[in-house]
Amino acid sequence: MSAAANTLTVAAARDALRRRELSAVDLTMACLTAMDAADSLNAFVHKTPEIALAQARAADARLAAGAAPDLCGIPLGIKDLFCTRGVASQAASNILRGFRPEYESTVTSQLFAAGAVMLGKLNMDEFAMGSSNETSCYGDAVNPWRRAGDDTALTPGGSSGGSASAVAADLCLAATGTDTGGSIRQPAAFTGIVGIKPTYGRVSRWGIIAFASSLDQAGPMTKTVRDAALLLGAMAGHDPKDSTSADLPVPDFEAALTGDIRGKTIGIPREYRMDGMPAEIEALWASGTAMLKDAGARIADISLPHTKYALPAYYVIAPAEASSNLARYDGVRYGHRAKLAQGDGITEMYEKTRAEGFGKEVQRRVMIGTYVLSAGFYDAYYNRARKVRALIKRDFEQAFATGVDAILTPATPSSAFGLGEMAHADPVEMYLNDVFTVTVNLAGLPGIAVPVGLDAKGLPLGLQLIGKPWQEAELLNHAYVLEQAAGFVAKAQKWW
Amino acid sequence: MSIDIETARRVAKLARIRVDEAGLPALAGELSGIVQFMEQLNEVDVTGIEPMTSVTPMRLKRRADIVTDGNIQGAILKNAPDAREGFFAVPKVVE
Repeated sequence: MSAAANTLTVAAARDALRRRELSAVDLTMACLTAMDAADSLNAFVHKTPEIALAQARAADARLAAGAAPDLCGIPLGIKDLFCTRGVASQAASNILRGFRPEYESTVTSQLFAAGAVMLGKLNMDEFAMGSSNETSCYGDAVNPWRRAGDDTALTPGGSSGGSASAVAADLCLAATGTDTGGSIRQPAAFTGIVGIKPTYGRVSRWGIIAFASSLDQAGPMTKTVRDAALLLGAMAGHDPKDSTSADLPVPDFEAALTGDIRGKTIGIPREYRMDGMPAEIEALWASGTAMLKDAGARIADISLPHTKYALPAYYVIAPAEASSNLARYDGVRYGHRAKLAQGDGITEMYEKTRAEGFGKEVQRRVMIGTYVLSAGFYDAYYNRARKVRALIKRDFEQAFATGVDAILTPATPSSAFGLGEMAHADPVEMYLNDVFTVTVNLAGLPGIAVPVGLDAKGLPLGLQLIGKPWQEAELLNHAYVLEQAAGFVAKAQKWW
Repeated sequence: MSIDIETARRVAKLARIRVDEAGLPALAGELSGIVQFMEQLNEVDVTGIEPMTSVTPMRLKRRADIVTDGNIQGAILKNAPDAREGFFAVPKVVE
């Protein structure tokens, strides 16, 4: 079975490992082989086979002793945004070239404590700013999916593009992602996998390179909803090192997957039916709605009146926080420092270092953030955006107060587009990719993307379910029902 | 509101990112496009609405005021582009 062990789900591999039908070392070797044969996807950007094999050997010993955790011996890919001790962690930015943290992020610490195996670090948009993985200093990650009869390279989405590509191509069993405006859910939808952004505060942000601290949240990217439940259980939990992490018990998410949503109410927000929405997306949404109805849920038309203002509010708040968070990259304590000319002082050092180290999109967002926070504009932009954010959150609270248990929406406005196709687009056009996902970050809610079908070009399309705060268990169960009903089993045809 | 070249220069300076004179018009144009996009927010009635300050209505945890680590000078300086004699080294700041 080891020849195709890399194609297993986490749950299936767990069961095979526990029955000792498969060793963690063989499973890890299968993934390392698949990873090395997939350089054309540019998903893994720092490979760590020695660490992986050492962890796999330790996992085998633990499995032999019995009572090993679910993730013991499971090979994962880790987004480059997570600090991993002694291993390059550079947020796909040249400004962190050569940075090897002396510490381990809380999420990766917890995964490793649970016995997980790290295969390497995964490509992403620089500082998680992007929706196509095209702002990476490592170059584009490539989607394993292609349009039928067409070998145009497509984006895996972003910012967790490498994570999405690696999971969809079976290079790892699952991966970590992070989501500030849709960076887990949009790439999951573009590659036919599952991705969940938990409630803000469910997963510790400590040791994850910060983009926008009030929006950032890590989560798993997996082949199935059950795998997402397993990973999330290991990633979540209170962390004294992150003052925004919630001191709440972590439920058994897998046990919540009963497949029974009879009597639950699913809200369909009318404002998500955007002008010019492709008929295929509309049809997918209708069919997902029908699937949940057939499973015994009640369907309710709901209104989230401030939806239209979520993207402009996000593009004030996220850059404002980013400009503050990224002030630390000054060429003094870590990462890149520009070569200085005779007579250059400390200001020239900062300005040259940041001009050389940050890519174009990051520079643009830092400057927009600087502008909206500057004297005279703070109230007009930043404070107004935070008020609109309060209204967006209130919209959801009011919908849930009417008895809605979960909300169903499209995950993305289209299927994966071609790499380079948006190169001459306005930055704002690229931002529209996040139109269905960004509200969830602003409101701090959990959201999950589930693959539901293929479009006419043969590319995966996903739907998003949005849950109540801290109700990931219930949300995962809704997603599980949708997954079972949709029966999405298509895989990308191997060309890499 | 559109961002002129002078404002673009000032923003780049505040952000400590060097932008060549030749790059300023394009930058001003891009920033203007984004700012125009943001101006949709002016359509929203925000009378009486407090700006959102915390995502979840929970009190931030406080930890005990105790030392939890220390004596890790080597680890702190490990990634510095220029560390000398136990310090981060930078160009002269004070004459």
